[in-house]
Amino acid sequence: MAVSNGASELKAGPGAQAAAGAKLSALFAGTMGPLIGLVLLCLALSLTTDTFLTVRNILNVLDQVTVLGIMAIGMTLVILIGGIDLSVGSVLALAAMVMGFVAHPDYLNLGMPAGIVTALVVAGLCGLVSGLLVTVTKLPPFIATLAMMSVARGLANMITDGSQIIGFPDWFTSLSIIRHFGFLSVTVGLMIVLAIIFAIFLNYRATGRSLYAIGGSAEVARLSGIPVNSLTNWVYAVCGVLAGLAGIVLAARLDSVQPSSGFGYELDTIAAVVIGGASLSGGVGSIGGTAIGVLIIGVLRNGLNLLGVSPFIQQVVIGVVIALAVATDTWRRRAQ
Amino acid sequence: MSLDPSHTQTPHLGLSVSGLCKSYGPVQVLADASFEVRPGEVVALLGENGAGKSTVSNIIAGSTKSDAGSITWRAKPYSPASPAAAIDAGVGMIHQELKLLPDLSVAENVYVGRLLMRGGRIDRAAMNAQASAQLKRLGLEVSPERKVRTLRIAAQQQVEIAKALTLNAELLIFDEPTAALGSEETELLFKQIRKLKAEGMSFIYISHRLDEIAEIADRVVVMRDGRIVARHERADIPVRTVVEQMVGRSVERMFPPLSEPGSKMLLEVENLSSPERSFQNVSFSVRAGEILGIAGLIGAGRTELVRAIAGADPISSGSVRVAGKPVHLNGPAAAIKAGVVLVPEDRKAQGVVLDQTIGENLAIGNFDHVAPNGWVFPKAVQKFAEAGISRLGVKGRPNQAISKLSGGNQQKVIIAKWISRPPKVFILDEPTRGIDVGARAAIYDVIADLARSGMAVVVVSSDLEEVLGLSHRVLVLSRGRQRGILDRSEASNVAVMELATS
Repeated sequence: MAVSNGASELKAGPGAQAAAGAKLSALFAGTMGPLIGLVLLCLALSLTTDTFLTVRNILNVLDQVTVLGIMAIGMTLVILIGGIDLSVGSVLALAAMVMGFVAHPDYLNLGMPAGIVTALVVAGLCGLVSGLLVTVTKLPPFIATLAMMSVARGLANMITDGSQIIGFPDWFTSLSIIRHFGFLSVTVGLMIVLAIIFAIFLNYRATGRSLYAIGGSAEVARLSGIPVNSLTNWVYAVCGVLAGLAGIVLAARLDSVQPSSGFGYELDTIAAVVIGGASLSGGVGSIGGTAIGVLIIGVLRNGLNLLGVSPFIQQVVIGVVIALAVATDTWRRRAQ
Repeated sequence: MSLDPSHTQTPHLGLSVSGLCKSYGPVQVLADASFEVRPGEVVALLGENGAGKSTVSNIIAGSTKSDAGSITWRAKPYSPASPAAAIDAGVGMIHQELKLLPDLSVAENVYVGRLLMRGGRIDRAAMNAQASAQLKRLGLEVSPERKVRTLRIAAQQQVEIAKALTLNAELLIFDEPTAALGSEETELLFKQIRKLKAEGMSFIYISHRLDEIAEIADRVVVMRDGRIVARHERADIPVRTVVEQMVGRSVERMFPPLSEPGSKMLLEVENLSSPERSFQNVSFSVRAGEILGIAGLIGAGRTELVRAIAGADPISSGSVRVAGKPVHLNGPAAAIKAGVVLVPEDRKAQGVVLDQTIGENLAIGNFDHVAPNGWVFPKAVQKFAEAGISRLGVKGRPNQAISKLSGGNQQKVIIAKWISRPPKVFILDEPTRGIDVGARAAIYDVIADLARSGMAVVVVSSDLEEVLGLSHRVLVLSRGRQRGILDRSEASNVAVMELATS
């Protein structure tokens, strides 16, 4: 925040262009480092492969990051208020199974809309329970969501006794396949719209700004009259809903739901948010940063695939990138 | 006051510091500091925040290296490379923030890093016995097996002193040792210092409480802007003289004149009690334009009382009326809505979000005002912040990080946050704690202005002079009970202390 403000002040040029620049930099506040990393990564891949910099491949990357991207939006909110949510991967699976169970002809056969709505409600309830465990029971967020991670995974398995549900209507699977206007699938569009809505919410809504205050110091926020507990509950609930939505998107992409899906996704999601410049102690972070973090992970996976690097080595590389990204951020802060 | 160099040359077994300098980049924080501490002597080191007291003590205690100058300790050159080296040489420091491990026992804390061993196992019996012996030497009856977390701050401090004693410290540096102590506890500490002094130990004593200096110190060294500006061979110097030397200008008046209070009752507190019994059956009222001081020893329930009135903590019984209307105290938000605001005791933990800018800090709690439809625009925040900044004379800009401001300016930001509402009842808890002497006067002016503009003001302070100088009336608490409300004319040091210790 402070960095970009300083920069836009130095420019201090009159006219609308400077103002627009300042607004844009506010959206990507404190994310210069990750942004440079992403650009360098793309440059390197463009030079080393002849397939990376094609429209088709870029659209592929966007398709591949939709699930991660939607979950990362919710995780950004949670991390901003100084929390953490380890349950998103399990909640994703539970929501997907609930949708399949409610909608699929082999089970309740109530239709897709009912399935989707039920899934989102269940996912939101999971988040709300996590929130209440944090605010009422005063459990540390790590423990509360660790418990929810286990419970949601178990419930997901219980619905079909561990078996998957296959086959959804064509219109549903085409949400992630058909590219409208030649480039935009509904699911990618959904991710982009959500990112924009939440970026605006965090930057320009009083409630969004309050989340930064809560993460900065929950006690200061409380004494300032901000309803810290109810906002915390909301944040976890929203994070749950978004995890559920990601589960639905994943179902559309795979044309199936299985109780084991989303395993380990919580760590990818946290990694994306942290690579994007958010601080795990709260109060620092942005949707713009998270978007960059998501793209870095997506591009890295895509690029390493194009280069024919084995998935095992990919894991190593992603681990190194997480450590590097956060370390440079820490060094930069200390240097200031 | 003498600046002649008579303090040097005579070799003795104490500490002699000469020509110490220290710079961080272009900023010189210590310039040519020279003084000495003889065996069995307490030297008070005085100065505002940033005067260089901590730097000089950190150099002596081995946690900072000097750029130039030398130290002689017990007739030998002394330049400790680390706190451990200083401790080995017999120099210990008791920091303001105690460095104890709260979940370990008293004995373990005393012997941390050098646990007594016997046959490859920790010899708890020996540790407990020896720690207990040192605590007894300090006149303290605490079980060495008790967890430090369960001790009061004063007792924890004693554990630190006991630790230094088992390390055979010959020189102890105290950094603001009484900041968190009540007067009885301070008395105990002084008794111990006198006893250890008689045994030949030396002390460097840093404090903001000038009244204590005359009581405990043998000599006084005053610092300003990294330099030593005065050395006094005796400690009973007029406070005003010392303050003037500390701030480098004459202190004409510390407290602003008070205006006549109005007649309207703005705050009425009736039979208020807390669930933890930290205060019981407190009743008082404050009129518009009136400043009510709340005095009492540490632990008397002052902070708990005002926090409850501001909705920060729950109450068990009693009622609060603001401008005649009962307030349902179920949280800070409700109190703020009713017109009761609090400037909390701990500025860094409760008052400001250190990661954020001045503007953002001002906007927190004022979103209903800055963002009437819920939309927060940077321009509106900027405008709102500029108004608050100029109204209170904060030295800073809206975009500046609040962590870069001095304590006094941070405090002004916290006051500015509330001032525009405007509140009916303004409560300030320890408004000048940790703030430079020179900057306090500005805070006092602000507080007097709050009253003048028609608010009911409540000021809690451990600094008795502050309470007496600022208040129309003084409510005295002792062990959670209201002992009396004194009028300005009858409120004196003695009268308040009599009630506070009753």
